[in-house]
Amino acid sequence: MTFHRGRTSSLASGFSARLIIVIVVIAFLAAPAMWSRADGPDIVLAGSDSALVSLAPVTSLVAADNTYDNGDALRLTWVPSIDDRLIDSKIIGYRVYRLAGTGEPEAIADLPPGSNQYLDETVLRDSVYSYYVSTLSERAEFPSNRTAVISPQREWINLDRGYLFLIALAIAGAVIYYVTVAKRGKKLFVRKIAGLEAIDDAVGRATEMGRPVLFIPGIHDMDDVQTLAALTILGRVSRTIADYESKIFMPVARSLVMTAGREVIKSSYQAAGRPDAYSDDMVNYITDEQFGYVAAVDGIMVREKPATVFLLGAFFAESLILAETGNSVGAIQIAGTARPAQLPFFIAACDFTLIGEELFAASAYLSGEPRQLGSLKGQDVGKVIAMVVIMIGVISLTFAEAWKIEFMQDILDRLSVVFSTN
Amino acid sequence: MRQLVPLTITFCVGTLLIVSVFIPPLGDLERTFTLWFDIIAVFAFFLGGGNLLRVHINKLWRRKKDWGFSIVTLAGFATMLAAGLFKIGNPGDIATAVDAPGSMFYTIFDSVVVPLGSTMYSLLAFFVASASYRAFRAKNREATLLLLAAFIILLGRTPFGLMLTEWVPDSFSLLQIPNLAIWIMNSPNLAGQRAIMIGIGLGVVSMSLRLILGIERSYLGGDNA
Repeated sequence: MTFHRGRTSSLASGFSARLIIVIVVIAFLAAPAMWSRADGPDIVLAGSDSALVSLAPVTSLVAADNTYDNGDALRLTWVPSIDDRLIDSKIIGYRVYRLAGTGEPEAIADLPPGSNQYLDETVLRDSVYSYYVSTLSERAEFPSNRTAVISPQREWINLDRGYLFLIALAIAGAVIYYVTVAKRGKKLFVRKIAGLEAIDDAVGRATEMGRPVLFIPGIHDMDDVQTLAALTILGRVSRTIADYESKIFMPVARSLVMTAGREVIKSSYQAAGRPDAYSDDMVNYITDEQFGYVAAVDGIMVREKPATVFLLGAFFAESLILAETGNSVGAIQIAGTARPAQLPFFIAACDFTLIGEELFAASAYLSGEPRQLGSLKGQDVGKVIAMVVIMIGVISLTFAEAWKIEFMQDILDRLSVVFSTN
Repeated sequence: MRQLVPLTITFCVGTLLIVSVFIPPLGDLERTFTLWFDIIAVFAFFLGGGNLLRVHINKLWRRKKDWGFSIVTLAGFATMLAAGLFKIGNPGDIATAVDAPGSMFYTIFDSVVVPLGSTMYSLLAFFVASASYRAFRAKNREATLLLLAAFIILLGRTPFGLMLTEWVPDSFSLLQIPNLAIWIMNSPNLAGQRAIMIGIGLGVVSMSLRLILGIERSYLGGDNA
């Protein structure tokens, strides 16, 4: 009985063992498929490939909200496939897939090998998304696990720009402070700017020679601060021209500049008490096309032979062509631009050049108005800040590199954080 | 009133754009305002085109000096306008882009405007030579330094520069002309450029504040008294 019982028990236990083995084998075989359904898509083959090379997928894929934005971006980071490190890597890139809510996966970006992050800027605030990244070979895709579901969030203040805000506040505060001080009647010293001192002489020369003054305000539109600076100078120049009863001609490359230029010159002639001498023909639109404009202005210079040429505003490759043509007709030339790449050309070809900030200071300088001069003084505070920071940076870098002083390295790191504009 | 409206708009838009740098929900304002500006500029183009026509028709009518050039200008204007407006020779229907390859507009632009532009641009080579000749004359100490720096950089960018100083030992490699040229470009030149850039940045801030606060208004045609 015991035997029987024992035998029955033995048979039952053998059957159970086989059953368990079968279940384990089935489970083992089915596991990858079940796993892939739960966390990521299957390997995708492009056409048949008997010699498929298997590639490791990316790992540690994380989707996070992009900080300090309007809730319209999500940032993905991952560790690239280990096969990406091989010299003869079979990886041709990575493909980012996005799932909006419970929707189907959508390929949103193809990235080159070695990529380890992606900023998705096509998401909607408060919607939910998840992602996976496929490693691409010539014939197949090897997907990673899916990220957790995430929703982009809006932030109201960009704290990354806190230091930028403080610096801007300091400089703007200094400008406003000195404007107020100047308004109270305090005398402010402004160094002489040779190019601006020469304006009266240059216009006087044109009057004596009976030739016109040519004013070229660059080739950019009214949305460029250099064009605005040029027009503010035009106001002073045209007033002098009106006083001297000389002639001005201003060919422009933008329609809005034409309209604004006419208003400025008209107002100057009225202020000089000679409104009858003003004509709309003083300002003409030529063309928006860069070298078409240059050809026309060069032609005007050669035919009209102006005694004085002003080249003030935003200039590009045409700067030297215009300046050299002006030089060849014997005109006295006053130039100014805030484009450092064009400054050497103007310095080489013109009699006077307003370098960078001098272009923006010109209007205040010429007006001599205390409030405007005050703004120049405020600008100097910014220069002092820049000089002090540069000195600290140079000293810190020297000590940190030469004597490996950690404290100096900390100062450098702090400076790079403070003056980062991102 | 003539100045009050533009000054108010300048103040509001300027302030909003500064604030938008620090407030992410306003981040798209710059793009929006730029778009608005472009739309206004398109309408202003009619003013420019109208002015161009008026000036040249007037010149032709009165047979002013060089009136022959006005015929070329008006013919070019009319041809391009017709080619663009009526999409003459456009492959496909009227919905295709005005500058689609094969269209009359594209052909004229590609075979006339582009070569003419390139011709003007190529003048730069000769003007660089003549301007350099004048700038590099050793008139005084500064001009002599400029000449010397230019000479080293020109030589350093040619194989001849390396050939001349190849014998200099590696411990003094900075004295090899190509390395010296790189040093001049990366150290004194870059330092000077950065100083100018800082000045420009501060100048833009100061100028912008003057415009936003209405201290500077001569660009509106006022304040010239």
